[in-house]
Amino acid sequence: MSPVIAGGPVIPNYGKATGCIVDNNSFFCTKWIHQHWSDTLQPALVQHVWLTAIAVGIGFAIAFICALAAHRFNWLVPPISAFTAFLYTIPSIALFQVLVPITGITITTIEIGLVGYTLLVLFGNTLAGLRSVPPDVIEAARGMGLTRLQVLRRVEIPLALPAIGAGVRIAVVTTISLATVAAYITPYGLGKPIFDGLQINYHTEYVVAGLLAIGLALIADGLLVLAQRALTPWRRARA
Amino acid sequence: MAEGTRVILAAQLNGHTFIDAFKFIWEDRSFVGQKVLEHLALSAVSVAIATVIALPLGVWLGHVHRGSFIAINGSNLLRALPSLAVISIFLPALGIGHGVVVIALVVLGAPLILTNSYVAVDGVDPDVVEAARGMGLTARQILLRVELPLALPLIFAGIRTAAVYVVATATLAGVVGGGSLGDIIFNQATYFLSGIVGAAMLVSALAFAAYFFFALLERLLTPRGLRHAGAERGHEEEAPVVFEAAAT
Repeated sequence: MSPVIAGGPVIPNYGKATGCIVDNNSFFCTKWIHQHWSDTLQPALVQHVWLTAIAVGIGFAIAFICALAAHRFNWLVPPISAFTAFLYTIPSIALFQVLVPITGITITTIEIGLVGYTLLVLFGNTLAGLRSVPPDVIEAARGMGLTRLQVLRRVEIPLALPAIGAGVRIAVVTTISLATVAAYITPYGLGKPIFDGLQINYHTEYVVAGLLAIGLALIADGLLVLAQRALTPWRRARA
Repeated sequence: MAEGTRVILAAQLNGHTFIDAFKFIWEDRSFVGQKVLEHLALSAVSVAIATVIALPLGVWLGHVHRGSFIAINGSNLLRALPSLAVISIFLPALGIGHGVVVIALVVLGAPLILTNSYVAVDGVDPDVVEAARGMGLTARQILLRVELPLALPLIFAGIRTAAVYVVATATLAGVVGGGSLGDIIFNQATYFLSGIVGAAMLVSALAFAAYFFFALLERLLTPRGLRHAGAERGHEEEAPVVFEAAAT
């Protein structure tokens, strides 16, 4: 729990109002951050991580299966590409509002939207990665007696990893960004303190939440770069 | 929050919503038209600023084959920033209005233009540049007559993608001061679900229009001899996206 600060009236949800909490002049009221880290900021941050992880996880599973199918059956490429592109053109804030009558003000509403927006880049990049594998390499692997499934698992997917990784990076930062906007409809994640702060014009709340969202995006992106390097050691050796 | 009151109604969604959406656009056409124009103006200013900043820098870095770290990693870094978060950290300094939105849109668009211009110019076949130098062209002539024309398709791909993102994201202006179709999309209490669907369709349409506008401009500016050669060049590790549209 946040420490109680003596003096001043108690404003609901804003704790004991003293100094910069009342002034609202400072860019950064550390006292407010201190008071509301555990009840506002930290839960929002954790929710945001989960929203993003679930969306990219589900999106990746769907996109990966679709890309494998499209890699095997070429005729699937145009319809899947067109559908994912169509989903991507729907403005997110409108999509979330249209989904509310169907799925309610729930996490499901956010996730349906977020998953939909990840599909284009994840499908596109996974397919591009699989297609970029040189035919000679596949030929050689087949010649060594690998079955079709083994070629896919041991040759094609590993060689597609850089493109897949690039897609996941874009999907993650895009999802982090969209998830902030989603809070306008569904009060989860870092968008909630941003919109709450904007609504009552309390600087510190939306500035700090904005900084946390930026920090989260940068850290997530950085971690993905490291993960990608660890998963594709041969690229470093060549460079 | 500016005008939009944050009320989300559990409204009915059915076939009528979509018919009403078209009705809304038609019946309130002067208001909606004004919002479309504001949306376009906001987007155009942002894309113009992003281009003025990023294009010369990218082209120059590509020309001297330096600074790949800035052009690629720096861009990735900027591109990771959530637009709403960028708006919120600049808001106390700049106040409500178009300024913060333009900043967020430039942060969104400029990296795409920078990376693509850099990769485009940097990737021009060194033999071609060598041949041009052998023919006695100066560095300036090489840049203007050889590298830029060859790099044009990829440069335009960057501007086009940026424009589509910017048009889609300009909706966020509805949160801080207004002046875009976001005024409608962020205000369900006034315009109902049908108004939101109508405005959303217009945003999508504008994003497509921006895409085709820059595709056309690219065609007009590409020297005839290069039109087919340019189409075959890919963009490494970039999503092979057909309609790099919306989001936000």
